[in-house]
Amino acid sequence: MTHLPWDLQLLNTCAALLLLLSFAMLSQRRIVTLVDLLAIQGGLLAVATLLLAWRTGQPHLYLSALLTVALKVAFLPWLLHRLIHRLEVYWDTEPLLNISGTLLAGVVIVVFAFGLAQPITQLANTTMRSAIGIAIAVVLLAFLMMITRRKAMSQVIGFLSMENGLFFGAMSATYGMPMVIELGVALDVLVAVLVLGVFFFQIREQFDSLDLHHLESLKESE
Amino acid sequence: MEVLLLLGLPAAGALALGFLGARRSAPELNVAFSLGTFLAACALTVRVIDHGDQLLAHEQFFVDPFNVFLVALTAFVGLTTSLFSRPYMRVELAHGRVTARRLRLYHAMYQLFMLTMLTALTTNNMGLLWVAMEAATLSTVLLVTLYRTPASLEAGWKYFILCGVGIAQALFGTILLYFAAERVLGAEGVTALLWTHLNAVKSQLEPSVLALAFVFLLVGYGTKVGLAPLHNWLPDAHAEGPTPISAVLSGLLLNVAIYAVVRCKILVEGSLHSPLPARMLMGFGLLSVVVGALLLWRQRDIKRLFAYSSVEHMGIVAFAFGMSGPVATFAALLHMTVHSLTKSAIFFTVGHAAQKAGSQLMENIRGLVTLSPTIGWGLMLGALAILGLPPFGVFASEFLILTTAMREQPWATPILLAALGIAFAAIFGRVQPMVFGETTARRLPHPPALLPVFAHLAIVLVLGLYVPPYLADWYRAAARLIGGL
Repeated sequence: MTHLPWDLQLLNTCAALLLLLSFAMLSQRRIVTLVDLLAIQGGLLAVATLLLAWRTGQPHLYLSALLTVALKVAFLPWLLHRLIHRLEVYWDTEPLLNISGTLLAGVVIVVFAFGLAQPITQLANTTMRSAIGIAIAVVLLAFLMMITRRKAMSQVIGFLSMENGLFFGAMSATYGMPMVIELGVALDVLVAVLVLGVFFFQIREQFDSLDLHHLESLKESE
Repeated sequence: MEVLLLLGLPAAGALALGFLGARRSAPELNVAFSLGTFLAACALTVRVIDHGDQLLAHEQFFVDPFNVFLVALTAFVGLTTSLFSRPYMRVELAHGRVTARRLRLYHAMYQLFMLTMLTALTTNNMGLLWVAMEAATLSTVLLVTLYRTPASLEAGWKYFILCGVGIAQALFGTILLYFAAERVLGAEGVTALLWTHLNAVKSQLEPSVLALAFVFLLVGYGTKVGLAPLHNWLPDAHAEGPTPISAVLSGLLLNVAIYAVVRCKILVEGSLHSPLPARMLMGFGLLSVVVGALLLWRQRDIKRLFAYSSVEHMGIVAFAFGMSGPVATFAALLHMTVHSLTKSAIFFTVGHAAQKAGSQLMENIRGLVTLSPTIGWGLMLGALAILGLPPFGVFASEFLILTTAMREQPWATPILLAALGIAFAAIFGRVQPMVFGETTARRLPHPPALLPVFAHLAIVLVLGLYVPPYLADWYRAAARLIGGL
């Protein structure tokens, strides 16, 4: 058995915890807890980025970690908590597929994700290439969460979790995208959440609820 | 300099209208900024004609024959749509569907939307292209929900979630592209995502990674193109938003999205040396043509009808790009141009027709020609043009695409012909009673702006009869660039 340096072990632990968090999010129906889980996911991402920055000595990764903390650990969760209290949506209703079924589907997805990551992992020369499979799994699990949830708020959290997964993928395959792009993506995510905040109030005003089954009248068979 | 003006003017416009957009003169201000942007686009075009390809601002912006005509087209349709939107939004205000405050949002977002599209077209950076495409979605979400009706909120939500998920796939594709490029161009950050650099080394990029990247990029940007089966957001967003937005979504955003797909295709084809990307484009394209044409029959809402027609036409364009020969690519570029002009002209007339009838349902729109011959004839001519009747430009491009298909992909020709026939019957059968017969229409408090409609149709007519030599040269140069294999 090869002996890994401690920082790499820590990085791999972060990756494993990220995957675990994705499953926790899949099984969680309390929206406040979902936001907390999202914040922890952001925190783990920041830790992983910092470790990687220290290991590779690339200055832009420090900036990127700072950005992650500011946006994903502090600002977005704060904004979402405020939205939740203002809109009084605390619980999601029973998902379209029950929790144990969703978790089983999640396991299948993880296997599929590692299969998909195979060609990339073989080519990557970064130190944490084994995490690429996990990143793809996080993205796909977030996608599954978006499909199975009924409340608009849970879908948004799924969307943000997907973005976290993509970010982690970029980091483990290429040590992160160039800074300009990361800033642009962060800006887009920020604007997206602000737009959604406005949007939630509009939905709420119109339907008195954030349940998405109200938004199912535009069908082809009008 | 020109690029600075081209992007700076809509940015300044968005800011100015964000503060002043509620004023009575805001629509004129909107027109003024759009006119400025159009003039900057003309200046840029002249520069490219005189000096060839341009690499600007530390290689961050790149203008070649492929995107310069799209820049000019985007700025032109942006200008004419702002002209159309001036009386249209005033009528909506008079009918009480929007408030002055929401008009401020509308005007600011309109300029922001133009900015994101022009950025996506001119940028040389594949990452920035992604950022601009996502920003284009975000700037239009609140425009789709401008009327705050239940249906518009649903359309806006669908638009946001579907395009958001789609664009996330494209981000993953971009990451994979960067991953492959970094191995060749080195990790020194910025150059590894510049399209010109990627294009120079495309044959060295790792094929297996690029094939995977293309799947994600095609699905991602394809969602925004409205390729079936990812087209679900498109008809809702077109039908429920204000008509000027339907016109720019259909006429411009879909073009920009397919532009992004084609830029990626050039790289991937250069690396793969196999027809995989071309086949995928043809498959998605053909499916969209068929799905779009069949769903035309089930529509009762006039804006949904023409939204599905956009799905069909984007399918034709994707199929033509998939065929990859110089002639097919030439035809695809021509088709992008004429579809954009014709479809926005149709939406202009449809907007005023729906206002006059007080409904978007086709059964309630009758006899347009009696009350206002210009709107009636505009809609009729627009419909005939989009259906590909000679001598309009759509006929020329569809004819080229069909004849190329007969030679290179004979199996697809009957499917294309059948879909075009179905679409013809569906649209013509519905437009005819709307234009002629007994009228139910009312007068509007502001006279509609019909100059844009006839200006667009005139250009489409001219392009059908005669493509000016410099335009043909561009198309050919772009076709050589895209032609691939």
